[in-house]
Amino acid sequence: MSETQQGGVTLTTPHGNLADIEHLSVSFMTDAGSIKAIDDISFTIPRRTVVGVVGESGSGKSVTARSIIKLLPETATTSGAVYLSVRNDEHRLDMLSLSGEQLRQARGSEAAMVFQEPNAVLNPVYTIGWQIEEGLRAHGMHDKRQLRAKAIDILEKVGIPEARTRVDYYPHQFSGGQKQRIVIAMALVLNPGLILADEPTTALDVTVQAEILDLLRLARDEFGASVLIITHNMGVIADIADQVVVMYRGHVVEQGDVDQIFYRPQHPYTKSLLAAVPRIGQRLVVHDASGAVVERKDDWHTQPVVVEAKGLSITYPGRLMQPDFMAVDGVDFTIRRSEVLGLVGESGSGKSTTGRAIAGLQKVSSGSLSVLGVEMNGVRERVFAPKRADIGFVFQDPGSSFNPLMTIAQNVAEPLIVHHAYSSVADAADYVGDLLEMVQLPRAYMNRFPHELSGGQRQRASLARALALKPSLLIADEPTSALDVSVQAKVLELFKTLQAEIGFACLFITHDLAVVDMLADRIMVMHQGRIVEHGDADDIMQHPGDTYTKRLLASLPVPDPREQREHRARLLALS
Amino acid sequence: MHEDNANKITVPGDRRLEDLKVSGSRSWFSTLPVIRDLRIAVGWQKGMLVTGLAITIAAVLVAIAAPFLAPYGFAQTKDAQGHDFPVQSAPGAGHVWGTTVGGFDVFSRVIWGTRTAIIAIVIAVVLSIFSGVLLGLVSGYFGGWFDKCCVMIADAIYSFPSLLLAILMAIVISGGQSSLWGGILASGISITVVYIPQYFRTIRAEVIRIKGSAYVESAKVVGASTWRIMTRHLLKNATRTLPVILTLNSSEAILTLAGLGFLGFGIEPTAAAEWGYDLNRSVADVTAGMWWTAVFPGLAIVLIVLGITLVGESLNDLADPRLRARKSAGEVIGSIEDTSVDPQERPGAANEVMAQIEASGTVASGSTVVSSGMAETDDTTVSGGASAPIPDAQAGPIGDDGDTPRTTEADHE
Repeated sequence: MSETQQGGVTLTTPHGNLADIEHLSVSFMTDAGSIKAIDDISFTIPRRTVVGVVGESGSGKSVTARSIIKLLPETATTSGAVYLSVRNDEHRLDMLSLSGEQLRQARGSEAAMVFQEPNAVLNPVYTIGWQIEEGLRAHGMHDKRQLRAKAIDILEKVGIPEARTRVDYYPHQFSGGQKQRIVIAMALVLNPGLILADEPTTALDVTVQAEILDLLRLARDEFGASVLIITHNMGVIADIADQVVVMYRGHVVEQGDVDQIFYRPQHPYTKSLLAAVPRIGQRLVVHDASGAVVERKDDWHTQPVVVEAKGLSITYPGRLMQPDFMAVDGVDFTIRRSEVLGLVGESGSGKSTTGRAIAGLQKVSSGSLSVLGVEMNGVRERVFAPKRADIGFVFQDPGSSFNPLMTIAQNVAEPLIVHHAYSSVADAADYVGDLLEMVQLPRAYMNRFPHELSGGQRQRASLARALALKPSLLIADEPTSALDVSVQAKVLELFKTLQAEIGFACLFITHDLAVVDMLADRIMVMHQGRIVEHGDADDIMQHPGDTYTKRLLASLPVPDPREQREHRARLLALS
Repeated sequence: MHEDNANKITVPGDRRLEDLKVSGSRSWFSTLPVIRDLRIAVGWQKGMLVTGLAITIAAVLVAIAAPFLAPYGFAQTKDAQGHDFPVQSAPGAGHVWGTTVGGFDVFSRVIWGTRTAIIAIVIAVVLSIFSGVLLGLVSGYFGGWFDKCCVMIADAIYSFPSLLLAILMAIVISGGQSSLWGGILASGISITVVYIPQYFRTIRAEVIRIKGSAYVESAKVVGASTWRIMTRHLLKNATRTLPVILTLNSSEAILTLAGLGFLGFGIEPTAAAEWGYDLNRSVADVTAGMWWTAVFPGLAIVLIVLGITLVGESLNDLADPRLRARKSAGEVIGSIEDTSVDPQERPGAANEVMAQIEASGTVASGSTVVSSGMAETDDTTVSGGASAPIPDAQAGPIGDDGDTPRTTEADHE
């Protein structure tokens, strides 16, 4: 043990970087053999800086952050070194060589972690005060009054109102954003030099995201800590980061100032990543093979109405002794043929429920909803069944949208078989191959199983299945929110091309204003089951009328550091 | 997957990369439940599984070969010359494991008893699995009052002691004592009644989980019939945990059969050999110092239950990634693409490490195409324009979209 102690601790001058990651490699043992997750990466974390780590899923971002506090499973093998200066600058720790008690001491007091999902981090059976104090107790503080005072103090600092009484509340009594604040408070209470934030805002709505990012800025400015923030969102990076590390496939391809990365990217991967980020006011224009712009043949304004809702309400029955939950509360809208209607809202706003009702997956409680001429209020499956051939649906999660035991061909051919367009999968093979080529997948993928395709490929196959019967109505429920930006860009492009060629009516449900702005002709903004704003896409984006829409637009971080600074000032003025 | 090697870069003198296992395709044989588990097991979990499998397979072989292994029939009390066997004789030349108070040869009874036990297991499992799975499927998918009734009945059966229920069923079916098939059916059906709720519950829970998943909803949107959804989507996906319950229940089935026999509700000794009955008859012998009539049938029960339980328990542990033991990765040789589980990812273009090796000229490999940077692999660049359909060959090392599919095993959980 004493050997490690000498080996793991080196004296240092107080200047220099807070942390140096040198030639770090991590491998994992999995059922399919050993896998190298990150390969010989080196980067630095300066003092009092926010370092953003960007990269696609699977690029090794999380493994890198976890390696810094050695929070890796037993199956992991590391090589290289992570040097971390302790808070009082007496020495530096070689985190990878620490073990047991030393590691426990270093975690929390020198580097703390903030996870993605606040609901999963907080223990539901303890009060939040107890959970904040737990960290302090683990690091040798035992005076009860002092512990409580510290907990209240830190809660006030992270902006929990009435901290004195709410310190005794349980996690379920707080909203998602407040829970994330509490998790950050837990990280800050030991005053660590480094905070590792692994996608801290991904599970939160944009309006809440802005507040959490402000809080991380506070950690840097008032607590003097450095923050390593992992995200896939370039807007978040532009908003908060001072330095950016770009990761790709387990390698660091570039590290630099935020301005340098955004305005003078060096590596081709960084350039392609920036090009893929959706921006407000950037209409998506697609070209065909010869370079001509792909345009819709008909003007959608003159097309017949496909979906019409009048006073549509959908309620979920409440549990015993509780009132029913009104998910959709008297909305009116129409969708015309060959039109793309964007439906935007935060989680719980009722946007998915609306989409599911149109597809016949959700019962209509009151009001009227007419889909392809069929009244959905009290509809019988027998009446609606033939119309189903004319409706396509693209689901959010590419992971579960295909039956894992059926091949891609069998999955994509399902609507064809069900509606007797073909008698068997073998019969439909030719057409399924054409469909796959239409969504830019190789024909040979027909015989693969869903898990052998990547998320973006699966989402394209999902689009192929939805369009197999050439429907006149397509409902896309957050089709790109589970995808990386570069993949998202390609799927959106494909979507736009197919929409222009086939001319189906489309309800595009998303929480991302930038995405909807790229595609939609008209936009509806939903908030707490009601439509707060409804109109032409450009109008809403440029001159939002409703305060909620304004706040939503202002909260959306712009993937451009200079513009984002002005944008942030506008948000501050709003609130 | 043989092109793996053709596509790999080697450093002269370094044979480590050649020894490296790149995940290859597997035959259908290695995807079978027990075989697959045998492949991924390591350490003590593998020991458990292998021991259990060895005992179980040995028992099955003994049951099949009983007529050849056993020197006498199970109900035989006279030798070929018509002389009666000695009663309660100690293990010796004529009777290796001795004889019982009834004049039966203990060794032959134990061998023939294996056959009875295996048949009882098969019948109990086959009967309960079909009705349990069917009920679970229907009840889980439709829900409503049928579901409520089924769950209530299953709970009620749980609250009975299973042996008591088995005795009740044995009396109802065969009036207590009976022939080979009557006895086996009696115990088989009584065991079935006890186990249907277990299969029912497991399948029902799985079905309820799966019916909310996107692919079932997608089938509904498409307009697939209920029958199609249940058979094509739910049934296959819901039965993955069955091997585990199946093995654990088989061992319990043997114990119940032996328990019935011991209590005198089993099979007549002249109809078939049954360990529980033999144990019952040996109770008096033990106090008289005659150990062989009790020890051998008892050991047989312990061994077969141990074997099947070991298989079941290790399958259970292996099915759960959190309980599954793994080797340490050690220092991994080669680049990320070399060790990737992504079938499309192969060493080659856009692999910086490989590109560097190539550039430094230390590599003698004609078959590898290495391009500098990743700008050339058409699909990672995101510049506008709908690109032409991608030929298969180009769906190369970078995946199509640059994001990594989840690993095979993760999808199976």
